[in-house]
Amino acid sequence: MNQPLIEFDRLSVEIHTKAGIVRAAQDVSFSISAGQTVALVGESGCGKSISALSLMGLLPSAARVASGEIRYQGAPLTGQPRETLRRLRGNDLAMIFQEPMSALNPVLTIGEQIVEPLIKHQRLRPKAAWVKAVALLDKVGLARPDKIAESYPHELSGGMLQRAMIAMSMSCQPKLLIADEPTTALDVTISAQILDLLQTLQKSEQMALLLITHDLGVVAQMADFVVVMYAGRVVESGPVRAIFKHPQHPYTQGLLAARPVPGARLARLPSIRGQVPNPMNLPEYCSFAERCDQAQAQCRQGQPEYVSLGAMHQSACFVVQKREFA
Amino acid sequence: MNQNQDILLEVRNLAKHFSAREGVFGRSIVRAVDGVSFCIRRGSSLGLVGESGSGKTTVGRTVLGLHRRTAGEVLFNNIDIHALKAEQLRTLRPHFQLVFQDPMGSLNPRVRVGDAIGEALLEHKRARADDVRDKVLEVMQICGLAPEHYARYPHEFSGGQRQRIGIARAIALKPELIVADEPVSALDVSIQAQIINLFSDLKEHQGVTFLFISHDLAVVEHLCDDIAVMYLGQIVEMASKEQLFSQPRHPYTQGLLSAIPIADPDQRRSRIILKGEQPNPANPPTGCRFHPRCSFVSEKCVKTAPELRTLPDGHQVRCHLA
Repeated sequence: MNQPLIEFDRLSVEIHTKAGIVRAAQDVSFSISAGQTVALVGESGCGKSISALSLMGLLPSAARVASGEIRYQGAPLTGQPRETLRRLRGNDLAMIFQEPMSALNPVLTIGEQIVEPLIKHQRLRPKAAWVKAVALLDKVGLARPDKIAESYPHELSGGMLQRAMIAMSMSCQPKLLIADEPTTALDVTISAQILDLLQTLQKSEQMALLLITHDLGVVAQMADFVVVMYAGRVVESGPVRAIFKHPQHPYTQGLLAARPVPGARLARLPSIRGQVPNPMNLPEYCSFAERCDQAQAQCRQGQPEYVSLGAMHQSACFVVQKREFA
Repeated sequence: MNQNQDILLEVRNLAKHFSAREGVFGRSIVRAVDGVSFCIRRGSSLGLVGESGSGKTTVGRTVLGLHRRTAGEVLFNNIDIHALKAEQLRTLRPHFQLVFQDPMGSLNPRVRVGDAIGEALLEHKRARADDVRDKVLEVMQICGLAPEHYARYPHEFSGGQRQRIGIARAIALKPELIVADEPVSALDVSIQAQIINLFSDLKEHQGVTFLFISHDLAVVEHLCDDIAVMYLGQIVEMASKEQLFSQPRHPYTQGLLSAIPIADPDQRRSRIILKGEQPNPANPPTGCRFHPRCSFVSEKCVKTAPELRTLPDGHQVRCHLA
């Protein structure tokens, strides 16, 4: 098998707060192959963003990698000198965020901000860089790209800003684009445009996409491989069809069922009772046990190991384990 | 929509214009709501759908008398609430309540949750100091809150619990109408389902009439009987949810429905992707307001604004081509 582009190998991240240690991510393992779209799914606080931030080396100062590592083309990223990471981030890895407005500098024009990495990382001359910036804005579907390049962020709409962010992230032809809830802040019709753009670019640039989202519809439409996280852990991962057609973990099943589907006409939505446990105080056993309808005594005694459920599909659940090996 | 049934809320040609500053000297008028009409039967629910800037929130607030109208009427039980004096409106207020997207913004962080829910009961003399606690506990139970939550402060609750508090506050006065503005948008999927079910229960068991405002068609479809789609301050299509979802007539509704990503990897379809963005409401396009984004646009659409027509099946649509 080809070497994956990115490998998360039992990554654990801790955040130190005044109130105690938050185990934001625990034993997170999955990999991304070149050109593949991997979706990281879960609800707020499940650790999906923190995992992505540790890949980019952008963890907040209170957070640190407690154990495990992330490898890029086989070489560990964790513990690399800052300069190496900086070069990598500019050239091979790029990231876009939910709020493009807060990721852009309000006092610089869009063009000036796109030009910066081109000059720093690709050593282009300022004039050539400007021409390329305008070409990038054109590529992401912005009408009148020369005018956009001269605009300030506050002059553009949310959808246009997200396009500009994508243009910026494309500037050094990254091998992996991390998109953290890229359309959550956008209206439905604009969101469809942005997802379409990401798909088109991914094909034309042959880059891998790590899509972080809570929207299962987006996952089903975009992803090749899905990683479901709950309370800092990966509870299930597998190819997109396996996850949507044969979800095994009770949380994945609950999440899929809880979403209202147009035309389904259910009287009541199957909901998952209770709420996500406090990340400051996670149980030493399966974190989902308290909300799980299928939980058994064993579920409150320890952490479940991963069970392989066929090609690339695995789940961490005692109930699944029992069913598989009964 | 059957006109003969008991109508709780009737909105006629409602308009709300805001004056906005433009440039250094200029002033412009933003027609946030421009001629909106609809009826809600007692016990039913209408979903008001649209993207940001479509005017749906302004409709909700003007209906409740939180904005002064520019023109039109809001008839609640056949009383035009905008024609009432402040004191008369105050006595009517317990009958219609608002649920916000972010209940945290509407809860005083220093008031215990039970007291926050009981406040309105005391204010409107629906409870006395000695029985307010019991009445609050009853409402809390309906909303899925435990008795021990009574003495806690808002910050001690998660988003879903806070929304339950917001709903408990709204239903404490046993209102006839609840306007819910994006009530589940800020919640996670598993919690969203709990709150949606709570709304279904209130509709079913308490007989509350709802105006649901949301950008999420799937949520609205689950909760509402009828759906109105807004674009740039106007209703472009209104029908029962069955009609609207099975036979959307307006190109905007078609685009909106098609834009919902389906949670099924086997149904990766080529979607109708609407081009462009909703224009600035201060300067709406000529003719049909949707024409710059419409793929079926004709000369007529650019010149003449279409009226909202009622088709033989009761479906209402604002389009020359439908």
